[in-house]
Amino acid sequence: MKRKMLSTVLTGVMIASMLTGCGGQGNETPAQDTQQAREEAQTEDQTDGGESSKESIDISAANAGEESIEITYANFNASGGNEETLNKMYEAFREEYPNITVNIETIGYDDYFTQMQTRVAGGTAPDCYELNIENFAAYANKGVLAELTGIDVSGYNATALSAFQVGGKQYGVPGNFSNVVLIYNKDLFDQAGVAYPDDTWTWDDAMDACEKISALGDDIYGIYQPITFNEFFKVAAQYGGGVLNEDKTEFTINSPENIQAAQMMINKIVETNVQPTESQMGGMGDWDLFESGRLGMIPTGIWAFGTFTDACEFNWDICVEPGGTQKATHFFSNALVVNADSAKKEAAATWINWLASSDAAAKMRIEAGWDLPAINDDTVLAGYLEITPPENRQAVFDSLNYLAVAPIIEEYSMMADIITDKLALAASGELTVEEALNQAQDECSLKIKL
Amino acid sequence: MKKRKLTIQALPFMLPSMLGMIIFSFLPIVISIVISLTDWNGLDKLNVQTMKECMVGLGNYSEILRSTEFWSVLWHTVYYIIFYIPLVLVMSLFIASILNKNMKGIGVFRVLYYIPVLTSWVAASLIWKWVLSPQYGIINQLLSYIGIAGPNWLTDKVWAMPAIVLASVWKDMGFYGLFLLSGLKAIDVGYYEASRVDGAGKIRQFFSITLPLLTPSMFFCIIMALINAFQLFPQVQIMTEGGPNGATQVMVERIYTYGFKYFKMGYAAAYSWILFVIIFVLTLIQMKLQKRWVYYES
Repeated sequence: MKRKMLSTVLTGVMIASMLTGCGGQGNETPAQDTQQAREEAQTEDQTDGGESSKESIDISAANAGEESIEITYANFNASGGNEETLNKMYEAFREEYPNITVNIETIGYDDYFTQMQTRVAGGTAPDCYELNIENFAAYANKGVLAELTGIDVSGYNATALSAFQVGGKQYGVPGNFSNVVLIYNKDLFDQAGVAYPDDTWTWDDAMDACEKISALGDDIYGIYQPITFNEFFKVAAQYGGGVLNEDKTEFTINSPENIQAAQMMINKIVETNVQPTESQMGGMGDWDLFESGRLGMIPTGIWAFGTFTDACEFNWDICVEPGGTQKATHFFSNALVVNADSAKKEAAATWINWLASSDAAAKMRIEAGWDLPAINDDTVLAGYLEITPPENRQAVFDSLNYLAVAPIIEEYSMMADIITDKLALAASGELTVEEALNQAQDECSLKIKL
Repeated sequence: MKKRKLTIQALPFMLPSMLGMIIFSFLPIVISIVISLTDWNGLDKLNVQTMKECMVGLGNYSEILRSTEFWSVLWHTVYYIIFYIPLVLVMSLFIASILNKNMKGIGVFRVLYYIPVLTSWVAASLIWKWVLSPQYGIINQLLSYIGIAGPNWLTDKVWAMPAIVLASVWKDMGFYGLFLLSGLKAIDVGYYEASRVDGAGKIRQFFSITLPLLTPSMFFCIIMALINAFQLFPQVQIMTEGGPNGATQVMVERIYTYGFKYFKMGYAAAYSWILFVIIFVLTLIQMKLQKRWVYYES
């Protein structure tokens, strides 16, 4: 009996630790941050008379009814290198809005979403926070985000802004922005005697070039394009397809256009082999393959520029990604949102709107090489164009003309996983493309209510 | 009577740690039962009203048990256990018998074999990803010297799970080795001397004396290993993320995915209770079976 008890307790505790485990290792810096802000305020007092008078105006303003407000802002995007930039942005914000104090919490990406989920459910979510596009839809549909009304949205890139609308209501502003272009190895193109790709290319042109480049050597390949849902919905758009019908009431995963798109993606591997298979990759990453000079083209994000500039010992450049029957390009943007339960929604909205769209923040973002601000002011973005390589940096902005918006639904992650799994089966030759998409269609329709 | 009085006296002293247990272990356990009966999405406020609104009864349980995914995930776990438990036992017994020798500097070796146990799974998994890398990994390099073309390990459906077994055995053998070592130390030297006088060789001594007297330690190790095996997670999450094509999806990985990625917290909670029942029943069975093979000296 005693032993039975022991086993009960033992297994009970084991499971309990499993269910409640995974403590966060968040890199929370609110205290430090406010302290820093206070110190800065003090030094400003000492050095600059103008500043100190500003402080006193602030206090009188607070007495007159404009109270000083303290809000919390959580984000993951600044972790791993841009905490300083974010702090500088905050300092600039304080100069414009001295009555709003923001406690910034920067949490590592790995812990961020489990922590945020727990805090939202527990009623202790920050006043405003950052969400990636996958999680944004789930949060917005579950009613935990405040609708953003009364903020000036004229400065935003329209496509990026529309990505964070659900049912016609704006639940987030695009906090940053990156997109995908075709990056190519000029030296390999020269060796193969193929003209450099340009913005008019279709996948047919690209495939011709791929075959010639692959012919250069056994371990040289034409292109690498990941076989994932993310890539698939974009290529589908290039062939006029899509995974959902227009009013998002039905899946259309196995439509003829989508089959054509997936066929293009998969044939490169299983038929022409101008793209390496998993085993030919041998555990190497796609960027590594490109950096080692063994890859002709890679459609990838503009955040690769820095790495490629450092690592590539050959000439490379970029252009707008090839299309099918039409062009479509990826963009990535994180939403800045306001907690529906926050008591300080206005101050929170003021801060995220400033952070996402003010000229001052945008300039700092570009200068730090963090990523692009999702704004439509070309003069602010001009500084970005001057940096080389790539020489044709203009293609980053040209690509914005063809943005494909991700098919945001509540169960986005599950849909993405199902489709990625089935495409992988097709890429390994276990299913035909048609079978894979049929199965994905059935499984999504069965498991996901639209 | 006296015993009860003692218990009452002891209570205030136990209270601080009991409180911790109640708040951080027992309460979440009870709440998770309630959650498992709902279709709570993990984002709505966790309170009585929400729980009432999204109550679905035993729906999650029946849905899980009827899904093909559950059974394939269970099979992956069983498959892992079939390889892992015998291997880890043999290896830790091997280590224990080496460490039991009276050599100079044996303490250094004991520490060396225990280092993997103290390493976090995250770090260990990342190292193993390199070790198992098809083109640049040391394992395939070594295999190539003897003319074997190594598989793609983590990206090969057939080899992904064995690769995870390999990494797990490496990490855990020191842990179980330590228990077996203490078991070995507890065996009376007199048995070996007496058997030597009777003419028993080393091998005979191992099977007739060492193994039978080691069964209590081995029993403990098997129970622990089984529980750990069912909770297999970090190495899978980091090394394969359940891939390739779901070949290494295991229960805890599914629980995490459903709870924190798909926002189906009720479904995930039900999944973890099913896992609990499986582990609980298996442990009870082992408790019953131990009479047949575990030998307690006293």
